[in-house]
Amino acid sequence: MKLLTLNFLTCARKACKTSAASFPLHPRDAELEQIEVDLNPLFIQNVLPRVEWDALKSLSSELGLPNLPDQCPDAAELTSDDEPSQTLKDLHTLLLETTIQSGKLVCGNCGHEYAIKEGIANFLLPSHLV
Amino acid sequence: MSRPEEILPPDLFYNDTEARKYTTSSRIQNIQASMTHRALSLLSLPAPSLVLDIGCGSGLSGDILSSVSPADGGPHTWIGLDISASMLAQALDRDATIDGDLLLADMGQGVPFRAGSFDAAVSISAIQWLCQAETSDDVPQARLRCFFDGLYASLRRGGRAVCQFYPANDAQREMISAAAVRAGFGAGILEDDPGTKNAKLYLVLTVGGGDMEGSNGGNGDITGVVKGMEGVDVEDSRRKRERAVGGKRGRLAPERTKGSKAWIVRKKEQMERKGKVVKANSKYTGRKRKIAF
Repeated sequence: MKLLTLNFLTCARKACKTSAASFPLHPRDAELEQIEVDLNPLFIQNVLPRVEWDALKSLSSELGLPNLPDQCPDAAELTSDDEPSQTLKDLHTLLLETTIQSGKLVCGNCGHEYAIKEGIANFLLPSHLV
Repeated sequence: MSRPEEILPPDLFYNDTEARKYTTSSRIQNIQASMTHRALSLLSLPAPSLVLDIGCGSGLSGDILSSVSPADGGPHTWIGLDISASMLAQALDRDATIDGDLLLADMGQGVPFRAGSFDAAVSISAIQWLCQAETSDDVPQARLRCFFDGLYASLRRGGRAVCQFYPANDAQREMISAAAVRAGFGAGILEDDPGTKNAKLYLVLTVGGGDMEGSNGGNGDITGVVKGMEGVDVEDSRRKRERAVGGKRGRLAPERTKGSKAWIVRKKEQMERKGKVVKANSKYTGRKRKIAF
């Protein structure tokens, strides 16, 4: 489960749809693993405007990763002379290469816990919670 | 041979044995690969994108998403949803490492992502499973609605979704298309090899019109998706209604609606005036027949 995915995942319960606290989900007892992924600068440029920077900052601090700058880097900072900049490479490592292999994701609104096993999160809801 | 969805719910049908059979079968791999390529050509993604794979299974379509060449706008980053734990386990067990993130989730319960997350969505051979009512609490229409609403929200404006599916009959096909339209999508169905045994149906959905970023400025129409594609005939069932509304009173007189009794009588009079042999009118003229066979 890449950290990029966590920047888009919300609580699955309908009751939490209207609440702002259902995003982002908070990791608990998370075990991280670094996986090598090929650098894809075009993808990072495409997706960066949609990344919620504040949610990413809080996620990074909750996982004990180095603190991120306050502002999301804008497109100009991602390339220097047509070469991917260090900022882009750092974003790549953080978003696409850092993964949660096991742990829990907790909703800030309802407190429901979604378990992660072998990198796969279980979002199946029993019918009384849908 | 009955269809898989009539036998068991998807999470039970795709148990470990079935999941392994499905994934290792070269025939299935080839069919899934060709359908994924077709879906990708309909999506025509210009740049490496974030794609949602609904019913990703063991990642057969995901592998293709990850290996789209840069010349074709790839490779894409994808997040897959599937209800069967065995299929997802197969995805992890396969030789090649899986590039996309996997989620164990039921699409009929919604799509748990924030609004405007994805550039596009694909679904290969999955959404017909939503038409089954597995328990007494289930209402397929509600599940379909929940799924399409969630999908609509999770796509960004101008995003597209292509769902290849196998409807058991026309009623299922209509149910699925209607739910998609009600959710707000611009919807069209592309049928490959129509009428043959191998006919494949692709539900093409757009958020906010088919050709919004198209080179010709876009007319916001779903048919813009297939504009310029070779060998595609467009049947627009909306045109009939437009013509009807265009009349002076906004409603056509009975003699003008084809097939009605008044029209039949008028045509018979015309033919008689021409001198042709015409059967006499009776109470049976133009009566709706109940087709027994």
